[in-house]
Amino acid sequence: MTIDTRDVWVEDETMRVNMGPQHPSTHGVLRLLVEVNGEVVVNVEPIIGYLHTGIEKQAETLNWIQCVTDITRADYLSNFFNELAYCVAVEKLSGVEIPPRAQWIRILLCEFNRISSHLVWLATGGLELGAMSMATYAFREREQILDLYQAITGTRMNHAYFRPGGIALDIRPDHEQQIRDLIKVLSARFVEYEEFLASNPIWVQRNKGIGILKPEDAIHLGVTGPALRASGIAHDLRKVSDYLPYDKFEFDIPTGDVGDCYDRFLVRMAEMHESLKIIQQAIDTMPTGDFRASGKLVPPPRNRLPVSMEAVIHHFKLFTDGPHVPAGEVYVAVESPRGELGYFVASDGRGRPWRCHIRGPSFTNLQIAPLVAPGYLLADLIAILASIDPVMGDVDR
Amino acid sequence: MDWLDVVIILVKVVVCFLLLNLLLAVVVWAERKVIADMQSRIGPNRAGPYGLLQSIADGLKLFTKEDIFPLSADRIVYPIAPIISAVPAFLAFTVVPFGNMLSIGHRHITLQIADINVGLLFFLAMGSIAVYGVALAGWSSGSKYPLIGAVRSSAQMISYEIAMGLSVIPVVLYAGTLSTRGIVLAQQHMWFIGAQIPSFLIYLIAGVAECNRAPFDLPEAETELVAGFHTEYSGIKFMLFFMAEYMHIVTISAIAVTLFFGGWMGPHPNFLVPLWGVLWFLGKTAAFVFLFYWVRASFPRLRYDQLMNVGWKFLIPIGMAWIPISAAVHIFDIRRVVLVGAGVIVGIIVLSLVLPTKKPEVLTEEEAKTTA
Repeated sequence: MTIDTRDVWVEDETMRVNMGPQHPSTHGVLRLLVEVNGEVVVNVEPIIGYLHTGIEKQAETLNWIQCVTDITRADYLSNFFNELAYCVAVEKLSGVEIPPRAQWIRILLCEFNRISSHLVWLATGGLELGAMSMATYAFREREQILDLYQAITGTRMNHAYFRPGGIALDIRPDHEQQIRDLIKVLSARFVEYEEFLASNPIWVQRNKGIGILKPEDAIHLGVTGPALRASGIAHDLRKVSDYLPYDKFEFDIPTGDVGDCYDRFLVRMAEMHESLKIIQQAIDTMPTGDFRASGKLVPPPRNRLPVSMEAVIHHFKLFTDGPHVPAGEVYVAVESPRGELGYFVASDGRGRPWRCHIRGPSFTNLQIAPLVAPGYLLADLIAILASIDPVMGDVDR
Repeated sequence: MDWLDVVIILVKVVVCFLLLNLLLAVVVWAERKVIADMQSRIGPNRAGPYGLLQSIADGLKLFTKEDIFPLSADRIVYPIAPIISAVPAFLAFTVVPFGNMLSIGHRHITLQIADINVGLLFFLAMGSIAVYGVALAGWSSGSKYPLIGAVRSSAQMISYEIAMGLSVIPVVLYAGTLSTRGIVLAQQHMWFIGAQIPSFLIYLIAGVAECNRAPFDLPEAETELVAGFHTEYSGIKFMLFFMAEYMHIVTISAIAVTLFFGGWMGPHPNFLVPLWGVLWFLGKTAAFVFLFYWVRASFPRLRYDQLMNVGWKFLIPIGMAWIPISAAVHIFDIRRVVLVGAGVIVGIIVLSLVLPTKKPEVLTEEEAKTTA
């Protein structure tokens, strides 16, 4: 329906409430134009674009390597997935195979990233239903994961750690113990959180039967990720796609039955456990070897620079002009914590992407809100929004 | 009553008012510290030792802040609303007996500002007036979030007022007086909590709702309504609302102690007797205030309709059923043991109905699909 944006108080006995762009629970700068009849939601219109940062356009001005630092900022809660999708796309264009160790480290960090992203969802989702202790608990654990990122990549967010052709730096042996300790802490805490919330009658009441997304609606809207799986469709790109060797790992795809907020809660909680399982296997079976491919896509080894003229020229050309990626276009989709994160990358054969389009899962998933929210109360709208877990950086890019 | 009595009353009023203000600062600081500890945070630690001066610093800040007056706000009601909210909150404390009797010479000073014979009614009345402050604030702000918050608040506070009123009736039946001092004195042999567990639980739940505290903090549900009824208020006006909320917590706790836990009474050594009474009273009240903190850190927020269900479908019927039961027991003088047993059973029923609805209304798959 068309929305009349006049500032009206009451019209046809319904009231229009502007939630956002500055509002405690709109996950950043989402603006929801909510039409309420008393407390009952009649209509919701998400209005987006307040966090448009021009990341895609900016990618066209940076060379293939610099680009990583740009696109990692799109979905700022799952940086590694942005980098992963982009790097896999560039590698596909160039026809580069990355060594197993790089793949394993990518899997390891991506699964940690899935957990740290879900922890933010748990924290904010809890806070939005008034379970404010959950917020500090979840952030406490996320902090430990960020410390691990910092130890491995040097930064807590926006790592630019995955590079076309591999990763920027190898992980050190002392990281292994840190990871093993972290797994122990996290697996105990996740059980605690699930007890804290799932055994709380108020929490269950607030989530059960709220915002039911039917599987056929989910498919029609192109919903992906935990929201889709909570509706009972076990679709996970880690199982059906080969962007990383997930077929070497044992893990399940948790699904829900009803597709309400409670199912989305349970699915995400279960996913965190599954991610821990993958991390455990990755650290146990970590292959040795090089952490990046050889060739024109990656810089030459540092120790070659003083002795090899070719290495110096390669190094210079790589960081001034960028690696020349063969002309062509490719679409790579990865399973981010929010769903299918796709990168369409086109090259005209020069040192910069000709086009880099991002398919943000939050953008698509946000369509759930106007579909399922009408008929529920205003408070439920918040629960529904929290269970979608949109990141505005991913919506607006 | 000579002039000295007037002076004594004035001194009591001034001293109590000042001490209460100080107490509020401590209550706010303690809440932040306690909840911080529960959430593995540190809490205020900058102003003064252990952040003790934080509340005072915040108060001073709010005093000096710009007082924003929204264009669409009502000229008269908007500034009055916070006063309507804060004044009854303080007035309600006047009937709280915080100690027994202080004897100086031949003069006996009751440690209570006003021992009026309808003390309990006065307390309930003040609670009801405070609703006006909230409702008027929401209406007069000329903005939507406060309006929704005010509507929620009025509905919530009125429904829980009834539950609270019902919960104190058995106590009044037992004590045979509405005077709060009389009620405490009637508990010399047994605290009323022994016989009145259901009443106490209803009172406690209604009390939390009455203060607009989590999990009943719908009027100011931060994540839905920004700040609810006081969204548009700033500076000193906001501070009045803030103080009113914490004053309500203190008063509700103090009345709970008075009605069910024997007020100032408790074992004490035989010197400085009035002081021990005050200490017992403060200690018991602090325990209740702590309970408020604890609940806030533990529970998510209820939804509006769920809140109304709890109030109207559980608390009020059970409160109504409990009045004749305890009245009958009182009249026919059945042994206390029976009453205690019945109280425990009904108490368990209240708790199982209201709080841990272990099996919430779980929609089956078919139901869920049809409602969707």
